[in-house]
Amino acid sequence: MAVLQSKQDALQARIAALSFAPQGWLGAARSDALARLTAMGLPGKRDEYWRYTDPTGLNAVEAASVNLFDPGDEPAPFSGVDRLKIVFVDGVFDASQSDALALEGVKIERLSDAAEADIHWASGLYGVLETRGQSPVQRPFAALNSAFAGDGLLIRVTQTPSKPISLIYQHKAMTSDVILHHCIKVESGAEVTILENGAAAARLNHVMEIEVADGARFHHIRAQGRAHTRQAVTHLFARIGRNAAFKSFTLTANGRLTRNDAVLELLGADSVAHVAGAALGDGDFHHDDTVFITHAAERCESRQVFKKVLKNGAIGVFQGKILVKQGAQKTDGYQISQALMLDGDSQFLAKPELEIYADDVKCSHGSTSGAIDETALFYLRSRGVPLRQAQSLLVLAFLAEAISEIEDDVISEDIRQRLQSWLARHEH
Amino acid sequence: MLEINNLHVKLEEEDKIILRGVNLKIGAGEVHAIMGPNGSGKSTLSYVLSGRDGYEVTEGSAKLEGAELLEMEPEARAAAGLFLAFQYPVEIPGVGNMTFLRTAVNAQRKARGEAEISAGDFLKLVREKAKALQIDAEMLKRPVNVGFSGGEKKRNEILQMAMLEPKMCILDETDSGLDVDAMKLVAEGVNALRGAGRSFLVITHYQRLLDHIKPDFVHIMAAGRIIKTGGPELALEVENNGYADLLAEGV
Repeated sequence: MAVLQSKQDALQARIAALSFAPQGWLGAARSDALARLTAMGLPGKRDEYWRYTDPTGLNAVEAASVNLFDPGDEPAPFSGVDRLKIVFVDGVFDASQSDALALEGVKIERLSDAAEADIHWASGLYGVLETRGQSPVQRPFAALNSAFAGDGLLIRVTQTPSKPISLIYQHKAMTSDVILHHCIKVESGAEVTILENGAAAARLNHVMEIEVADGARFHHIRAQGRAHTRQAVTHLFARIGRNAAFKSFTLTANGRLTRNDAVLELLGADSVAHVAGAALGDGDFHHDDTVFITHAAERCESRQVFKKVLKNGAIGVFQGKILVKQGAQKTDGYQISQALMLDGDSQFLAKPELEIYADDVKCSHGSTSGAIDETALFYLRSRGVPLRQAQSLLVLAFLAEAISEIEDDVISEDIRQRLQSWLARHEH
Repeated sequence: MLEINNLHVKLEEEDKIILRGVNLKIGAGEVHAIMGPNGSGKSTLSYVLSGRDGYEVTEGSAKLEGAELLEMEPEARAAAGLFLAFQYPVEIPGVGNMTFLRTAVNAQRKARGEAEISAGDFLKLVREKAKALQIDAEMLKRPVNVGFSGGEKKRNEILQMAMLEPKMCILDETDSGLDVDAMKLVAEGVNALRGAGRSFLVITHYQRLLDHIKPDFVHIMAAGRIIKTGGPELALEVENNGYADLLAEGV
């Protein structure tokens, strides 16, 4: 279908100022991505998967200015975790603040350094998983990202490293408009943990393509920046082999617009794919989790666990799909999306979808929205727990199922602390 | 210990009057029982004393050691020494029983200006008290009351009472849903807490709980008032003859 002229014009305006670097293997990938984007156009409110989230701010030619966020005396996320730190300032790798890109069992390269080579392992990933993820649902911002990414890392894990790799995104310019693209390949039998945190930019477009080979394990824990007026659109694309594991958790506290897509394909038998999120919004907050998990092999397990705490008009969106292909017998798919409304002004929009072409599968899904349980609140207070503390305890209890998706105790405690401080800051 | 004077209560949402002038005085160390037919206002009395929403006090007072309870938040009443063992203990998914107990103990200590109990001391204490109530380590780890049987829930209430060491304990139909053995266990738990000036108000439909928790006084409540007060023999009278005679007298 031809894209409308008006959509075409909007796209041209959107990408006019972006720099396009067509050299080496990466250039070819970028050209392909640009062709995909041109064929799709930018998303509009009428597109099925953009009905609940207005893409206007993401489509705008320039990023809206954002006041820099002062986290006060709250320690930065993952401070207590022994990790390899890699810092980006407004989307540009900053060697001076980063550790040396050396970690046993892992090769880390900057996208721009790898770009000019004729052949590179990442040519099998960059834009490739994104392309697979364009069907059946179009994801124009991911194509835009592949075409115009300004920076990013190519991480190849051949052996399990001694510590997590921590990507820190500092936001220093009020109008920074950032496109980051990472590719991660976890080779057979290896296990790696990737941490991400920080607001990154006034407007961030982030793509991570991940290949989890047979017998490999990938963990991803992300704390998105707390700046209130930032906008972000992120995509995780993963291809998961046999007897492998993919686990991703995202904490989102604040943000005028956040759209997190996860597109995961279970291609080998006996694997797991878990994607979870805890989102906290007070006031001008719009958070959208859009997940598409494909079961293409037998005996795989997938979990989608998304919890949102909303107040003062905050909006939460969940669009989650489980597709079980023919032959993917003994699939175990689970999906839950829940919102806790701390007042009557907030909104939660959920669209769970199941599409199943195998006859011996177990798939469950649930979606609820509700207020704090007054009976439980009274029970706690009757035992002497003050109102605010009782509320926090119940909110944390509501989020517990999502947080429990994080395997590492130190990291999950870090996340729990951040949730607790957010709740303390946003008491009535 | 507890002094209730001319307490009138109506439902907040509708014009339904539940309590019509309750008077009750419980001395330190005394055990009082309230019996009465369904709808007489027994549970309402326990909720109003502990500060549950949804009720409006139109007249009267309720004082714990001279302090007006009705003006306090529920948590302040608890810190002042009031405890309600719920008829239907509440399930709280996601909150571990142990976390719940420790949060409650420390919140009360803090409210009273005392230091928090150390993790080690707390663990020791809770294990010791749990053992007496046959509450195993697994039950302490599980989320509060989630998946507990009726008996386990009631034992868990008594465990909370034992940990919080309140001055004034209200037991709202603690015997409901319990088999004989479970009831004995709960009663033993309660009896172990008697003394030291601690007072109890036991709300029940049946005399059988009072075989195990011997009251000093028995009150009969009907249509929002206490219509008769006596000794333990009054409970036996109800057991044998029902409420009809008493209600007729009370009019």
